[in-house]
This record gives sequence, C-alpha cells and structure tokens, in this order.
Amino acid sequence: MSILVNNKTKLVVQGITGREGSFHAIRCKNYGTNLVAGVTPGQGGNKFDQTVPIFDTVEEAVRMTGANTSLIFVPPPFAIEAISESIDSGIEVIACITEGVPALDSLKIYNYLQNSSSILVGPNCPGMISPNDHCKVGIMPGSIHLPGRIGVVSRSGTLTYEAVGQLSNLGIGQSTCVGIGGDSITGTSFIDMLEMFEKDDDTDAVVLIGEIGGTKEQEAAEYIKTNFHKPIFGLIVGASAPRGKRMGHAGAIITGKSARASEKVKALSSAGVEIIPTTSDIGNTVKYSLKL
Amino acid sequence: MNIHEFQAKKLFADYSIPVPEGSVATTPQEAIEISSIHNNNVVVKAQIHAGGRGKAGGVKLFSDSKEIESFSANLLGSNLITAQTGKSGVPVNKLLVEKIYDIHREIYLAIIIDAVTKSIICVASEFGGVNIEEVAESNPDKIFTVVADPILGLQPYKLRLLAKKLNITSDLIRSFSGLATSAYNLFVENDCSMVEINPLVITNDRLLLALDAKVNIDDDALFRHPELVHLRDINQEDERETRADKSNINYVKLDGNVGCLVNGAGLAMATMDVISESGSQPANFLDIGGGADEDKVAEAMKIICSDTDVDKIFVNLFGGILRCDVAARGIVQASKETTIPPIIVRMLGTNADEGAQILLDSSLEVKLIHDLHDARKEFLKS
Repeated sequence: MSILVNNKTKLVVQGITGREGSFHAIRCKNYGTNLVAGVTPGQGGNKFDQTVPIFDTVEEAVRMTGANTSLIFVPPPFAIEAISESIDSGIEVIACITEGVPALDSLKIYNYLQNSSSILVGPNCPGMISPNDHCKVGIMPGSIHLPGRIGVVSRSGTLTYEAVGQLSNLGIGQSTCVGIGGDSITGTSFIDMLEMFEKDDDTDAVVLIGEIGGTKEQEAAEYIKTNFHKPIFGLIVGASAPRGKRMGHAGAIITGKSARASEKVKALSSAGVEIIPTTSDIGNTVKYSLKL
Repeated sequence: MNIHEFQAKKLFADYSIPVPEGSVATTPQEAIEISSIHNNNVVVKAQIHAGGRGKAGGVKLFSDSKEIESFSANLLGSNLITAQTGKSGVPVNKLLVEKIYDIHREIYLAIIIDAVTKSIICVASEFGGVNIEEVAESNPDKIFTVVADPILGLQPYKLRLLAKKLNITSDLIRSFSGLATSAYNLFVENDCSMVEINPLVITNDRLLLALDAKVNIDDDALFRHPELVHLRDINQEDERETRADKSNINYVKLDGNVGCLVNGAGLAMATMDVISESGSQPANFLDIGGGADEDKVAEAMKIICSDTDVDKIFVNLFGGILRCDVAARGIVQASKETTIPPIIVRMLGTNADEGAQILLDSSLEVKLIHDLHDARKEFLKS
C-alpha cells in the first residue's frame, strides 16, 4: 500500500466551494480519489458535484463520512486555522496547498502539530499522488503519472511534474510523488518522506529534488548517510540564482554559504546520493543507474 | 519587504531600543542643519536598500560642515553602486545624519527564524561591525544562538547567559537582555523576517546603542500590518519587479540576454540553470504562478520584453492548472502591443498541442522544442 495517500484515503476538501477548491476537487475525484466530503462554513447541507456532501465543519465531515485526509485551499489569512481544525478533528494526513502563509503562522502550526498524530504536507505545496492506488490529493496533473516503484519528493510543484514527465516518458512509473512545499517552514521535511519511502515495500528508489535556500537538503543528507538504504537520486536547482534574491518560493533565497546549490550537492553526494547533473537528465539518470 | 535604516531605527525607538541621535535629510542644507545640532561631528549615511554602502562611499564621518555640503550634494539624487546592487545601482534620495559616539566595542545581534529548529532565534557574536557570514566561516565558534520557546518566548535569563558568552560585563547585562527582548518583541509583533543590529555598540560612556539597523518584514504577513505598508520605497526596487508584483508575477531581473517565461518557481530556477549551463545567461527569473489567465501571461511577456538586454525568450511551461492554449493566446496578445524577439517554446501538459499551434499560426518567430535536452542545444553559446 502506498505511503501518505492510497486506497484507504477518504478525502475532505476544505474550501471546496472556492474557485481553486472546486476546480481541483473534481480533478482529484476523476483521477480516482475517494472524495467523501467538502467543508465550507455556511454551506452545510449542500452537495458538491451533485454527490459529495458539504459540511460546515471538519468535525462533522469526519463524523459523518469517516474522512481521514484533508486538502486545504483556504486563503493565507485562514490557512493555519483550517489546518488546526483538521488536526483537532483527527484528520491523519493534511495537505495545505495555500501559498503565502506568513512565516510566523507556519511556526505556530508546526509547534501545534508536534502534539498531535497528524501529518501536514505543505503549506505552499502541490500535494501528493499515489498512481498505483489511483489516489491524488493535490493539484498535479494526474495524466502524466504512471503506476510504478519510484518515489519522488521535491520542494517544488512544477519541477516535480518535470521529473514525473521524464520518468513516465521512459516508462518508469511512480509509487508516490510528494511536494513538501516551497516555504522555509513546512509541516514535513525531506527526512519525514524518506523515512516513509524507506519502509515502503512498494518503493524501490527515490528521486529527491532540492533547491537553493535553507539547509533542508543537508539535513536530508545527514539522515540518508546512516538511515536510508534504497537507491536515491538528487537534483538541486538554482545554481544560477543570484544571492539575496527570493526566487519565487519563500524558502528559495541564498542567505549564506550553506544555502547555495553547490553546498547542497556536496552534502548529498557525500551521503551517497547519486547526483542528477542537470534537470534534463532526471529520467535518464534513473533509467541507466537502475538498468530499467 | 526591505525598509530603510532610518525607518528601522524609528521602529527601534518605538521599542525603546537606543539609537544614535540624528535625523533624515533630503537636501544638503538639511544635512548641514542637522549636523550643526551635533557640533558638526556627524556620520552621514546614504539610505538605500543594499549593504556594502561604506565601501561604495555611501557612508562618511565628518568634523566640518563644509565637506558635508558637497558630500550630500553629490550623493542625493545619484545612484549608489555597491557590491549588493546591480550594475546600475540604486537611487539615494535620503541621508541619515547622526551624532558620532566614542565606541568601546562592537557586537553583532540579530533575530531571525531558524528553519532547522523551527523557532525564532537570537544570533549574536563578539565580532560586530563586520560581515557575519565571514565570521560564520572563519570563527563559527564565536557565533552564539539562543532559541526562543514557542510559548515562553525569548527568556531574559537565556539572554543573560548569552551576554556572558559575549563578555558583556555586569553593569550592562540587564540593558543587554532588555534590548534583545525588545528586538524580539519588535520581530514578533511586526511579522519580521529579520531584525539585525550590526553593530550593536558599547560606547565609552557605557551605553548600548544600535549603530545600524536592518529590518525585513515578511511580505506574506503585510495583510495584517496596514501600518507598515507605507514603509515600502519602490524607488529602491527594479521597475519591472514592481510592475510584476502588481500582477502577482514573480520576476527577478538578472544580467543575461535570454528572457524566461515559466510556470512554477522550481521549474523557473531549473530553466535558468539549463540556460546558464549551456553558456548563455538568463535575463530574468519569472514564475507566472498557478492559474494564470491570458492577461497575466501577456503582462509577463511585456515585462520580459521591456528589458532591452533581452534578444531571445525561452517559454517553458508545464501545463497543470495553467492551460498552455491560454498562455499561447496571452503571448499573442502581448505581441500586439510590444515587439517580441524570437521565442523558443516548450509546452507540456494541459492543452500543450493547442498552445503550440496557436503560436505557430501567429506572426511570431517561434521555434518549438520538446524537452530540456533540446533547450540545452538552443542556448549553447556559439
């Protein structure tokens, strides 16, 4: 069974009547995800897409439908409240797509999360997808994915799609693909994902895509050195970015030496990660190295 | 959001963090008037959003009013080029004129968010007044950090322990912990991403004083700080970056000639990398963001084309939420209002074929490529 999202997933979408929420809820459902509920305060009793019940609160959605996974599309000022509502309602896996959550809010929710058993992916992330289980909890285009045995984890959305696109074109399928988010403070780290992939019998190898800013890749490297035993491929983007400028993602800014691409490549390489030399070679590197 | 030193010092004063006596001048005459209050024993500092002012000639000490006039006249209205600005520099419209103090010691103090411990931390060093990144490399054991507890905050006793490590003597230990607590409160209450005092000085009169002040505010939190929004100085920003910001486009001006139009920050960085690995240089970072419509794509294209350094453009789109046909129509729309140089187009995902066809049917000079391998060949420097 796939990690994070799989055939046990019962999805509730928070903000299901909004523009983004409704657009993506349909696409998750069409991909095969078991969409059991939506939440929009004030819209309780209505139906989404004629079949999916809408509730005023996540607590009701969980009680009435058994929802265990949530996908959040609410605007930034309300994001951490939506996350805490999910945590308090006993949701097991939460993906927060919302971009632009204030950093101090992310800190607060991170600390709140530590006293719960919920897993938070994001904020500012594309979510996750497990093609083997036809389960998509996120905004990625479902059609590019192929069932298979490679895990993909990244800080970026479209770059994950790029990696998946290259893999699928070569006939290499994916077990689970997850974007941990482009902010500097996120609910889960590379390490959390690698721990899951390490234990996952359906994942043979992992592609890890990092970028400039922060030290998440170095932390991952420390973990990989002693704890990760499957083949792992690493790509770091942003080598050509100037220092001190934020490259779109709140977390992608070179502030010191360790935030540079070269330092991250060095750390991953010395941890035994096979470095993907450039973005155009993601698929080929995996193919030739694993003799697929 | 960056703010000026004088604005940061005003915030410091609001939080009872001691700052030098002084005020802002916008004319040489004002600079002289402020100087005379302090017996013409002053430092004049150009107010710009970039470091490296001192080395670039933007900061100078004076003991005579005559020189102040010519120095101020030269700086005001000019562009100051420092190691941290682009080649055209940034405009100096204000000068901070401050009294000079006799300095005993310089310390480094900052409040930032630490992504590793997921906490707000206070960073300090005995090596103040110099580039802290260099200290981090040469003397990492001389940089101390104190982690603020998410509930208890930055406890003063931890700051007193920090003071001991910095060899701050007992007479100043309470004012130091008080000052650092104020900096922490300022950070939290104003949603800062950085509060930096470099240097924090101990004067010969045994006073702590924030000689310099750097405050960055989290852009994502500005919605709850309407009182801070006016501190933004768009004169310090690249014109195109400001324009892009209005349309929610992430654009950063770079020094090359290949314009980039990409969706997603990660793919945009990867696109820049591919261009520079091939020997060419990207002219910009641009992420049009999710769910862009025709108008937004057109605006992005117009911003790229307004950069006179751009002589070709790489459109690299992975359609998901974004539909490639919508993007293509946006590009064609832009071509009606501006001249678009040859474009190399790679479209994948949602409606990619329709998008490519729209561009091929237009009067634009378009070359379609299929993957990033092709892109590498395109941008090989001939």
